[in-house]
Amino acid sequence: MKILVCIKQVPDTAEVKLDPKTGRLIREGVPSIINHDDKAGIEAALKLRDEVGGTVTVVTMGPPQADVALREALAMGCDDAYLLSAREFGGSDTYATATIIATALKKIGFDVVITGRQAIDGDTAQVGPQIAEQLGVPQVSYCEELKVDGDYMIVRRQFEDQSHLLKVKTPCLITCLAELNEPRYMSVYGIVDAYKKDVTVWGFNDLKDNLNPDWIGLQGSPTNVFLSFGKKQKDAGTVLENLSEDEAVQAIMDKLIERHLI
Amino acid sequence: MSKDIFVVVEQRDGVVQKVSMELIGESVKLAGDLGENVVAVLLGHNIKDKAQLLIEYGASKVLVVDEPVLEHYTTEPYVKAVDYIVRKYEPNIVLFGASSIGRDMAPRIAGRLHTGLTADCTRLDIKVSNYQEYLLTKTSMENNPDKVNSLDTSDTFLKMTRPAFGGNVMATIVCRNYKPQMATVRPGVMEMPVRNKDAKGEIEMVDTGVSMADMNVEILEVLPKKEKAVDITEAKILVSGGRGVGGPEGYDPLRALAKELGGEVSSSRIGVDNGWIEKDRQVGQTGKTVRPQLYLACGISGAIQHQAGMEGSEFIIAINKDPLCPMMQLADLGIQGDLKKIVPKLTEAVIKYKQGLAVDK
Repeated sequence: MKILVCIKQVPDTAEVKLDPKTGRLIREGVPSIINHDDKAGIEAALKLRDEVGGTVTVVTMGPPQADVALREALAMGCDDAYLLSAREFGGSDTYATATIIATALKKIGFDVVITGRQAIDGDTAQVGPQIAEQLGVPQVSYCEELKVDGDYMIVRRQFEDQSHLLKVKTPCLITCLAELNEPRYMSVYGIVDAYKKDVTVWGFNDLKDNLNPDWIGLQGSPTNVFLSFGKKQKDAGTVLENLSEDEAVQAIMDKLIERHLI
Repeated sequence: MSKDIFVVVEQRDGVVQKVSMELIGESVKLAGDLGENVVAVLLGHNIKDKAQLLIEYGASKVLVVDEPVLEHYTTEPYVKAVDYIVRKYEPNIVLFGASSIGRDMAPRIAGRLHTGLTADCTRLDIKVSNYQEYLLTKTSMENNPDKVNSLDTSDTFLKMTRPAFGGNVMATIVCRNYKPQMATVRPGVMEMPVRNKDAKGEIEMVDTGVSMADMNVEILEVLPKKEKAVDITEAKILVSGGRGVGGPEGYDPLRALAKELGGEVSSSRIGVDNGWIEKDRQVGQTGKTVRPQLYLACGISGAIQHQAGMEGSEFIIAINKDPLCPMMQLADLGIQGDLKKIVPKLTEAVIKYKQGLAVDK
């Protein structure tokens, strides 16, 4: 089975801070990691390979530094890696990103594509389904369990209130949740190996014959950022004393409702 | 020319979900700014009798697609049906709930139509003056009024605002060169409209051509939700107990409240050191660092080591007998009182409120 895994290198958002004056992100010193859902995707792919044989190829789009994320995936046990990197790809929204990645995936060839559900920086959960659409294959999102059954995948899909056990024929695309599994650590041999292996870098010229250049990058993206900003500085809190219990409950309920917490 | 705002209604087992009413309510306001209409798109099987409900919540027209294949949600038949409707009616704007269904379906539809989609929006604006007021009163743009006031007030594109980077930043997105403008909108954010039982509107049945042959995924089984191992750092709401809970059983009312709020129970160090609660629920310097949307501190005085683990919470409510303790000073809302009396009553109030929200026929 030929398994492709799409990953994204993201800033560890738990470490991201805002400049209180400008409201802009302070990115310096923030560590880059493989997005959590995507790492579960790598583990799922490796498990599938262990079970039915085949290869696991990891693909990412990003700046040259994203090489580090691919090396980590190789050290976990992936067989080969592709980095899609070009100035023309920069500024792509989800549609444009999916266009570029899908073009590369078609060129590589696959039986199953595995992606994370969403990246912790953008949180859109759109790129996986949009890749599936451009590949013209069925998708199953929010996978929390995964098995192979001949030419079919059996996927447990998580919804808010229930799960569905779905059967989907390959080729298909599956988006994974971080809770799908506990990703393995890189092995010592894996780390040594990872730097011996080649990462194939594809730029614009490698893909341009198979995509419409007007549909990628900042200019080709259907959506654009109009404005970005931070939250308002926190106001000083209030302390309410000598309330009756009912008044106290009401004061809390008002805040829960106002802030859409229930 | 593209016109009108379409709301793709979400139903589960034939029950229209609350987020769809919220979207209709919001669309009525936006449509007013544009001089356009709100059209609800209702997909399902034996579902036509729900159309009138959508009119009563503000839709002026309902397009009903009634097919056996649409009885339960699967991606391709729903995508195909909505794609057909958008191509036929050419709406200006299409909105979906940012639920697991909406977020599965909408990206594929946007992909098929080649248009933009903005995920998980928490605010939508047409009128620039409303948007400017929001920027100046609710965001860091209050420090940059010149930029806000220089925005072009004749801009009638949909301005879609959403959080990113784990809620650290907000971004407003526009889709100027493609139609329709599409967004998924977070449930519970837009106001629930008032129902008008006398409202009249048009109901149109649409044959989109979807059939069982479009089903490319088979539903083998519907299963109950999996119980997850607890990770308090992932919880959106934490109900946290400290010395004031008094003992292991003191966490029970907190658990009941957390359950109703869809959150988890956590603890200060004292509860863990005394063996009242498991170590993996401890917040603070020697425990975990949490950033929930709500941190409800019950009987926690707020030692600096505890604060280190929770001061990044978006909103902090403290209940404590001592109004001067550090946690009450840190909190956005401090309630002086006895948590043992307040917490159970609060749980009852939450249950009652949620019952009042349930949308029925």
